[in-house]
Amino acid sequence: MMLAATDIQIAQNIGFGIIAAVMIVAALKVVTSRNVVHAALALVVVMAGAAAQYLLLAAEFVAVAQVLVYVGAVMVLFLFGIMLTRAKLGKDTDLNNKNWGLGIPVALLMLGVMVWVLVDGFEDTKLAEPRPPVSTAAISDSIFTVYLLPFWALSFVLLAAVIGAIVLARKD
Amino acid sequence: MLINNFLLLGAVLFCIGVYGVIARKNAVLVLMSIELILNSVNINLLAFDQLWGNVDGNTFALYIIAVAAGEVGVGLAMVLLIYRNRKTISLDELSEMKG
Amino acid sequence: MFAADEGSAVVQSAGWFLEHAWLIPVIPAIAFALIILIGKRMPMKGSEIGIVSMAASLVLAVGTTYQWIQRVGDAVGSQEGSALTRGVTGFARTLGEGGGEHAAVAPVIKSWTWWQSGGVEFGVGQHIDGLAVMMLLLVTFISLLVQIYSLEYVRGDRRYTHFFAAITLFSAGMLTMVLAENMVQLILGWEIMGVTSFLLIGHWWEERANSEAALKAFWTVRVGDVGLLVGTAIVFGSSGTFSIAGINEWAVGGEASKTVLLWASVALFIACIGKSGQFPLHTWLPDAMAGPTPVSSLLHSSTMVVAGVFLVARLYPLFHTGLDINLAGQHFNLIAVIGGITILIAAALAFVQADIKKVLAYSTVSQLGYMMMGLGVGAWVPVVFHIFTHAFFKCCLFLCAGSVAHTGSHHSFDMKNDMGGLRKRMPITFWTWMISTAALCGVPFFSGFFSKDEIIDAAKHNHYTTFFVVGLVGAFMTTAYMTRATYLTFFGKARGAAAGEHAHTDLHGEHDEAFDAHDAHGDVHGAHGEAGPDHHAKPAFGIAGESPMLLVAPLMILAFLALVAGYLNAAPFHIEKFHEWVGSAVGVEVPEAATFEWVNAIPSIVLVALGFVVSLWLSKEVFGEADSKLKGLTRRHRALGAGHTFLVKKYYLDDLYDGIVHAVGYPIAKAAYWFNQQVIDRIVDDVGVGGKRTGEWVYRNIDQRVVDGAVNGSGIAANSAGEALRPLQSGKVNQYGALLFGAAAVFALVLVIVNT
Repeated sequence: MMLAATDIQIAQNIGFGIIAAVMIVAALKVVTSRNVVHAALALVVVMAGAAAQYLLLAAEFVAVAQVLVYVGAVMVLFLFGIMLTRAKLGKDTDLNNKNWGLGIPVALLMLGVMVWVLVDGFEDTKLAEPRPPVSTAAISDSIFTVYLLPFWALSFVLLAAVIGAIVLARKD
Repeated sequence: MLINNFLLLGAVLFCIGVYGVIARKNAVLVLMSIELILNSVNINLLAFDQLWGNVDGNTFALYIIAVAAGEVGVGLAMVLLIYRNRKTISLDELSEMKG
Repeated sequence: MFAADEGSAVVQSAGWFLEHAWLIPVIPAIAFALIILIGKRMPMKGSEIGIVSMAASLVLAVGTTYQWIQRVGDAVGSQEGSALTRGVTGFARTLGEGGGEHAAVAPVIKSWTWWQSGGVEFGVGQHIDGLAVMMLLLVTFISLLVQIYSLEYVRGDRRYTHFFAAITLFSAGMLTMVLAENMVQLILGWEIMGVTSFLLIGHWWEERANSEAALKAFWTVRVGDVGLLVGTAIVFGSSGTFSIAGINEWAVGGEASKTVLLWASVALFIACIGKSGQFPLHTWLPDAMAGPTPVSSLLHSSTMVVAGVFLVARLYPLFHTGLDINLAGQHFNLIAVIGGITILIAAALAFVQADIKKVLAYSTVSQLGYMMMGLGVGAWVPVVFHIFTHAFFKCCLFLCAGSVAHTGSHHSFDMKNDMGGLRKRMPITFWTWMISTAALCGVPFFSGFFSKDEIIDAAKHNHYTTFFVVGLVGAFMTTAYMTRATYLTFFGKARGAAAGEHAHTDLHGEHDEAFDAHDAHGDVHGAHGEAGPDHHAKPAFGIAGESPMLLVAPLMILAFLALVAGYLNAAPFHIEKFHEWVGSAVGVEVPEAATFEWVNAIPSIVLVALGFVVSLWLSKEVFGEADSKLKGLTRRHRALGAGHTFLVKKYYLDDLYDGIVHAVGYPIAKAAYWFNQQVIDRIVDDVGVGGKRTGEWVYRNIDQRVVDGAVNGSGIAANSAGEALRPLQSGKVNQYGALLFGAAAVFALVLVIVNT
């Protein structure tokens, strides 16, 4: 159906709002849940939500990569980790440490600072409408020409990570 | 859309992740909180990408995703090793400092 | 102004001996140090160093004398415009114009700066003129003879080496004084002599009387030395110079105020009174006989005691101008009066002595009185000549007394109890004694006649008639007491020790010279009749009973000189060599001596003869064996007895001085002692106690509380800080994360704030 340009705007905003709210609730669940597996699944929700946001930001390739890598691999890895470390399944009242109260002021402070800066700096800055899509060709050009060196460094990091993970986790 | 939407969302996620790092006892949960932080950063980068109209942010976001994946792999491997040796991954009990 | 640099005023340089006469005191000074350091280890126990040094000094002195005589000869030869007469003070030059033989000869003056203080330079140096040359020769010669004498006399003494060290030091001191270029050096020599006199008089200080005599000598002379310092200060303050030549020139220059000159003269003369044993400070000289006889012969007769006379002679322009000596119409002045009194009272005291050395001591005091009186009447050259001749015969007399005690009277000096009839047993000693006595009395053709009678003659000629009479009376008394002493010692029957019995304990307990000698050969003393006193050295010339050669040889030399030395200045024979050689050192115009007439000498010759006869008769009566009405006269007759006691008690002067010291000194001493114990010691104790308490308080409060508190506190603070900061390092990752993010938030805030 053809929506009016402004409709897209409104629709975007509403879409953003809903997804953002879900993400925030899920994030809160990650850090406050008493069930480890629930926390992991909440994290999946957050990441999926993030992928949705990426789409709203016309970063399709990154959104797909996000789903593939994060949701597909990293979260599975996390779940395996939970399983292998015999995390207590079901309700576990013992997931916050002694000084969890310290986290609140720190987080609030940070939040305060960042909100103030952002509101002050980017008050009425609007994103371009319609949003120009980011072409994969442009991304690959960027990777393989401008940011080639980080790409190679990244490949080394991944190699090291793979070897390291194997070495660390093998049973002797 | 206001860019502040995305930026504020990223900020909030970041702070929730910080809280998670500080408050959680299970090492895996801490790693998960770190993933939250990384994701918030990604949102931020991509938002600015749209503002300025180039693809540097996208590239960087991809890199972050890759690094995060590698980091989680190694991190969980360490956690497994610790679990094997100490039979616990509760960060409270993993301190050898005497006070 | 006399140039004080090396002969720059004299174009013609003086001979080597004159230029280097300053070596003469240096050699004995070095010998003194050597004797002290290594004397005890030497074969002759250090005496060889002393004798060699004195011989060396004598050689230098002889050379100096010879060159001085040449210098005088040259000056006489070329009078006007002579480089040698240039630079001599005006009066001395007019002396030269007056009579051809009395040429003014410039002294050889050298000086080196010793140290500087406050703009004033203190120097040492030499001032060689006729007077200095004569004294140098005299002192070195007599010192050498006395040291040779001492080799035998002091043999075996408990402090043999130190004796020679002290005697050498004395010679060094006197020689320093004699050729002193300035007052400071003169005072230095003066004081060295005083110290060695003390050391030598108290040589056997183990006997209380000896040490007391030494102290008495030192303190009495010290009283006079105040005058020396005051006088030097007055002179320096007015003239601005210490140098002798400078002072003499200042005195006659006419710019000096009369009052200053008078007071300087009086002050300096007080020092001479002390040192030369004039009345009233003569009391130390007889007591000084407690020292060994060589000391008495060297210091207290021929050389040290004439230091006062030397000082007056040296600074004669000062005294002459200050006290108006020879001023027309003056009949009395301080120096002459003191000298005259001294002559008479000392001669009177010599009559009641039983100790032979005391007789000679009073005779010395009397002769010193003559010298002072002579200077007081302006007879400068006769007085200096009398110093010269007196040294020979008086030294000879003392050495004879020592010889008598050594061999004849078994170490006793008591004439009445232990001597007598010794002229047969000790002929050489006897004849040398007689020659010297004749010289002392002024018997014609002996040396004393040419010197002493010149003084008496000058007194009359210079209008000091009173002192002329005094001098004549003195001559009478001199002969009288010497006859008495001679009779008691050498004539009559041998008594006591002279007769072979043990010596009676001497009357005054002073002469324990034989302390050591006795101990050393105490066992042999038991029987004197044994063949030959083998503990003594061989007697001279094999004459049994005579003293050994080392004792007798100096006697003979001195007696010979007592006989012939007078002929250097024999007025009757118109020989005036001494006057010619020494006279230029006067420095001031004095009246010409009258030409000698035998008729002027008649009164003194008569009195001498009279004194001899009267005394001989009296001695025979009182001391002879025959019964006589005169024996015990002083015990029977009350007035005579009182007079006798008065003399024996030395006019009660000693008691007077003791009384003054006791009345004045003791209260002061007691007050000072009380002050010391109660006040000073209390202050010291309180300071000590206070210090201790303060220390304790400081320890308790400051050290324990403050300092330790600070130290402990810093430790506690560090500990607490550590404790407080420890939770930071908990090992808990979550906490580290909290810190990290918290700090980042804060820094971000700061950054934002700063940049807005």
